[in-house]
Amino acid sequence: METNIAAGILALIARFLSGASVRWIDCHPDPCQRVYFANHTSHLDAVVLWSALPPEVRSLTRPVAAKEYWMGGPIRRYLSREVFNALLIDRTEIKVHQSPVDLMIQQIGHQYSLIIFPEGGRSSGPDVGEFKSGLYYLSKKRPDLELIPVHIDNMNRILPRGEVLPVPMLTCVTFGPPMWLERKEPKVKFLQRAREAVLRLKET
Amino acid sequence: MDALTLELFGGVLVLLGIASAVVRFLKRRVDLGLDPAIIETFRLRVWAWWLLFAPLVGALLAGAYLTFLLFFMISFWALREFITLTPTRPADHRALFWVFFACTPLQYLFLACADQPWFEQRLGITAYEIYSIFIPVYAFLLIPARIAFSGDSKRFLERTAKIQAGLLICVYCLSYAPALLTLKVASQEPRVAQRIDDTEQAEAASKAASEEVDSVADMMQMENLKDMAEAGLKRPYEPAGPKYRLLFFFVLIVQLADACQYVWSQIPSRHPIVPSISPARTWEGLLGSAASVTLIGAALSGVTPFHYWWQAAFASFVVSLTAFGGGLTMSAIKRDRGVKDYGTLIEGHGGVLDRIDSMCFSAPVFFHLTCFFLKWP
Repeated sequence: METNIAAGILALIARFLSGASVRWIDCHPDPCQRVYFANHTSHLDAVVLWSALPPEVRSLTRPVAAKEYWMGGPIRRYLSREVFNALLIDRTEIKVHQSPVDLMIQQIGHQYSLIIFPEGGRSSGPDVGEFKSGLYYLSKKRPDLELIPVHIDNMNRILPRGEVLPVPMLTCVTFGPPMWLERKEPKVKFLQRAREAVLRLKET
Repeated sequence: MDALTLELFGGVLVLLGIASAVVRFLKRRVDLGLDPAIIETFRLRVWAWWLLFAPLVGALLAGAYLTFLLFFMISFWALREFITLTPTRPADHRALFWVFFACTPLQYLFLACADQPWFEQRLGITAYEIYSIFIPVYAFLLIPARIAFSGDSKRFLERTAKIQAGLLICVYCLSYAPALLTLKVASQEPRVAQRIDDTEQAEAASKAASEEVDSVADMMQMENLKDMAEAGLKRPYEPAGPKYRLLFFFVLIVQLADACQYVWSQIPSRHPIVPSISPARTWEGLLGSAASVTLIGAALSGVTPFHYWWQAAFASFVVSLTAFGGGLTMSAIKRDRGVKDYGTLIEGHGGVLDRIDSMCFSAPVFFHLTCFFLKWP
């Protein structure tokens, strides 16, 4: 209950600060299990995307985030653990027997959706970098998950790499039509297709 | 708040209520054969007016400071929309931070200092001397210096100019609208009314006293009352009503100028002024709006602190021209950036900047015109 209120307030603040207009193109908000994958340019991406979801979907959606950043201080720790219910991945030590993908699948069960940024790190400009293979392995192991491409516009101008203070420009979060891994689709081709799905949203 | 002010505010809100009712009626009556697109435009217009006038009336009733806050928020949001549409480079980030979080609030803070006697006493200059040059001089110089400090020279002058233009239009120019509240408006009517009140009171008192002049105490009382009435005459009296009405009058005239332009553009004969920028703006619209707004301004001159009716009419006429210039300029910028509207605060309504572009251009001109007219012999 308390977390819900905190989450609601935080989402409201995030919506106001980012001035986000949210568009759903050939796609509707739905609490079914989904993987939202988006371009990554700013630390705030996960928060903005998360706040753009309607409350009932938001409470079932867990952003995947870097452990070393979100464990960086008491506030970030509280927010990631209690409010966003983030799934923190330790990028510094990736074990062979428990890869991040296994961890995600284990953590979401048959209830939660995920927010992931397949580029791995933040890109420095507005361009979308090549996708890493995590998205492919995730959908190979759980082909039932709907993959929703999301494009977050302008976040690289609000809080560029290496800056601490945000500038309040207006963002636009665009959700695209769901996609799945085709049967026997090769990894490179699938990742290319997923990346193009995000890029296509930029132009619409 | 005096009766005239409340009547003006209430009158406009009632008119808006009627407009909303008309929209509802027209939407239900499909059999009238009106163009649904025009009804939809009308509905959006009326809704946008509600969004503008309801907070404005609320802020004005709550006092000058809340009005400054309201305009600060409008400026801030408009600047957001402007900068969002302007291509900037990562090196501009720190400069933009200062523009948003220092220059914009400071401008309105200086404005709020205008009513503070300590400001002038301590610093020896008026608030006007600061808020009228702060952005055009100091912010103007700060922006290129801060960008240069970041060490990215690509399209330097272009980037600098765009940020400066945004700050000047959305913050500096718009802040002249609430600056009307800082003017020393020498109001005639309320003072006259007060004088009559006081003399009536004194007369009544003297009448009452003359009826039973059998005691010295009554004589004393009569003297007292006379003194009080005279003191009332001498007391410097600066009512807030006329200033609030002036700001409200300005906003109303700008909005009417916009609306009249649209309405007059609908008549069959259409001669676009600058078809390459805005095909919707026609000579018919501009001239029609100038004529109607001048008449409305003359009719409403009673609510303004102007000394003569023609001053209100002339100010309205000038506002109709500057409003046109503002809309046209912003259309040019939008066309250059390849967008139709500035923002999406509310779906389908365009942005804040689309609604206030004409006000930004009119506010400084109206402000100076008012200063000039109030000193008119």
